[in-house]
Amino acid sequence: MTAPNLASPHVDPIREGLARGWRVIGGQQAEATYDVDVAIVGTGAGGGMAADILSAAGLHVLLVEEGPLRSSSDFRMREADAYPQLYQASAALKTRDKGINILQGRCVGGGTTVNWTSSFRTPPATLAHWASAHGLTGYGEADLAPWFEAVERRLSIAPWTVAPNANNAALARGAAKLGIAHAPIRRNVAGCWNLGYCGMGCPTNAKQSMLVTTIPAALDRGAVLLTGTRAVRLVTTGDRVTRLECVALDAAGVAPTGHRIAVRARHFIAAGGAINTPALLLRSALPDPHGLVGQRTFLHPTVVSAALMPQPVNGFAGAPQTIYSDHFLASMPPEGPLGYKIEAPPIHPILAAITMPGHGTPHARFMRELPRLHVLIALLRDGFAPQSGGGTVRLADDGGPVLDYPLDAFLFEGVRRAFLSMAEIQFAAGAQEVVPVHAEGRAFTDLAAAHRAIGAFDLAPLVTPIVSAHVMGGCPLGPDERRAVVDADGRHHHVNNLHVADGSLFPTSIGANPQLSIYAVAARLATGWAAQWRTGG
Amino acid sequence: MNRTRRVFIATGIVGAAVLATAGWLRPRDLPAASGHALDGNAMTIVAAMVPVFLAGALPVDAGSRADAIRATVADVDAAVAGLPPSMQAELAQLFTLLGIAPARWLLAGVATEWSTAAPAEVASAIERWRASRIVLLRSAYDALHQLILGAWYGNPRAWDAIGYPGPPNLLQ
Repeated sequence: MTAPNLASPHVDPIREGLARGWRVIGGQQAEATYDVDVAIVGTGAGGGMAADILSAAGLHVLLVEEGPLRSSSDFRMREADAYPQLYQASAALKTRDKGINILQGRCVGGGTTVNWTSSFRTPPATLAHWASAHGLTGYGEADLAPWFEAVERRLSIAPWTVAPNANNAALARGAAKLGIAHAPIRRNVAGCWNLGYCGMGCPTNAKQSMLVTTIPAALDRGAVLLTGTRAVRLVTTGDRVTRLECVALDAAGVAPTGHRIAVRARHFIAAGGAINTPALLLRSALPDPHGLVGQRTFLHPTVVSAALMPQPVNGFAGAPQTIYSDHFLASMPPEGPLGYKIEAPPIHPILAAITMPGHGTPHARFMRELPRLHVLIALLRDGFAPQSGGGTVRLADDGGPVLDYPLDAFLFEGVRRAFLSMAEIQFAAGAQEVVPVHAEGRAFTDLAAAHRAIGAFDLAPLVTPIVSAHVMGGCPLGPDERRAVVDADGRHHHVNNLHVADGSLFPTSIGANPQLSIYAVAARLATGWAAQWRTGG
Repeated sequence: MNRTRRVFIATGIVGAAVLATAGWLRPRDLPAASGHALDGNAMTIVAAMVPVFLAGALPVDAGSRADAIRATVADVDAAVAGLPPSMQAELAQLFTLLGIAPARWLLAGVATEWSTAAPAEVASAIERWRASRIVLLRSAYDALHQLILGAWYGNPRAWDAIGYPGPPNLLQ
């Protein structure tokens, strides 16, 4: 089913649904206990997809979401509103040594409410690696093709035929000049206005996020949604989870209150993303005989290169991410030195200000040139080479997750190549100056000078700012309980009625923006669960 | 390695040790007044740093400049209030430490109270943290960079000067 084109700032499907009587309850107003068929923790790509499929099978579903329910009427396209309301830690979530800043959604719809709509099927090289190195069968290209087709139809994922904005056009131009393969990105939009504010919540409901597709469908079928509610721990008896203990957050959505909520269910699904799902399992002290939970967490560590173009780029306007190049992935064997995907990001004032290096007069000069700023990002494909073990989710004293992601020489070698590649593309696209985003903050006016300097860059945590918008791994899928937390059907190897449906399932990073991989795998798993559970299994 | 650099590394190591144990100096509970995430000490430190981070961006006229600094400190306070309690506690530890005279002198090289610190002293402290060998000091720079520059450029007041038209008006 393709979504009807209702994209408009005058229609708010969430407020209409609430008016129809959806059961959406803020944590502080929640009952002390709920009894349902299925409890799902998280409302992002995995939780949303599972809620839709399981509610359609007639199961009574309850969703637990730590963030708030916000919708198009609230999406005012202002970073200062959007980041605190819709992102984990106001978009300032960090790894343990503060070396990586992570952009992760924290609202109904999760990352899908705030992502930039890039939709890639899981690359065949990634699936092949999962089969050969992780023994994962049933996840080949042909196995997943029908699931990709189904979710692509459901979410209107299609080629974007509008001309790219100037920021993305510069990537295409530079890559073409160098003879580097590049292509348009498919997007999950219906009737997109080409505004450029996807990262602050779509104000026209064109983005086919979980917020406007699967979650409304589940709520229309009577599902319950608890917002502002944190999942604290799963309580088990024998090899079964009996209840999920939650706590309501305060009105600001920041600190836990004393209001506790217990959700009893026949089946539990963890879908809080690759940082919060491992943390929930760790807090619950579930069996983990091989110490796998939270290990091998991947981020696509990403570095940034800015450039000044002779003409206005206006990177704040137009669909933010429409062109990509996989040249530096395709030309590298996945198990070797780190390859990277090249894309362009949106360029809004806060994101630009906190990304551009340095402070004072030199920083102010970059900012005054905001309209001429062109930016590329390189997303490193972590988790394939033996030297690329990713990070580890552990619990802090307050029970919250801390991701320790060591930045080592193997990673920085890839970072150096990525800076060089981006500078080369940007000069080929006509850049007057290129500024690799690094503490030195120097601007280069020719490629030779940039090459020399990048070759000599001191690369270290917080000297080389690294960002991530993709969290993956930590509860990997696989048949072997010595190497995987859940089996190939998404069920926990040691806890019978606990399942996982989010990016934490992946044995490595995806090597592409992960939303479509999560949708397809969650759809496949949830369809299997629905078949078993609706008959009382 | 010259002497200045040796001394700097030595103080850096001592500084890091002090910073790492700053949690012992005060309870983890936030001391700020109701409605604020930052206490008076933290506000004073941020106010001393805003003109350094925003040199070249703040208005030149003295009155508007003072208003802009006050508003930016308030926006930083609001941004901190939206952070998870664990991150608020870390920032509180940092500001508590920097408010203690020996640590202020050792880590920032600032001789007087923050409220009367010479702008050049504050500027050289910030520049030193940015390039410090000590990850903790670089992370302090990073946190202030993100908070202060984010607060300034998130406010429509800053947009004219950078050629950002603001979000489109969809209802017209």
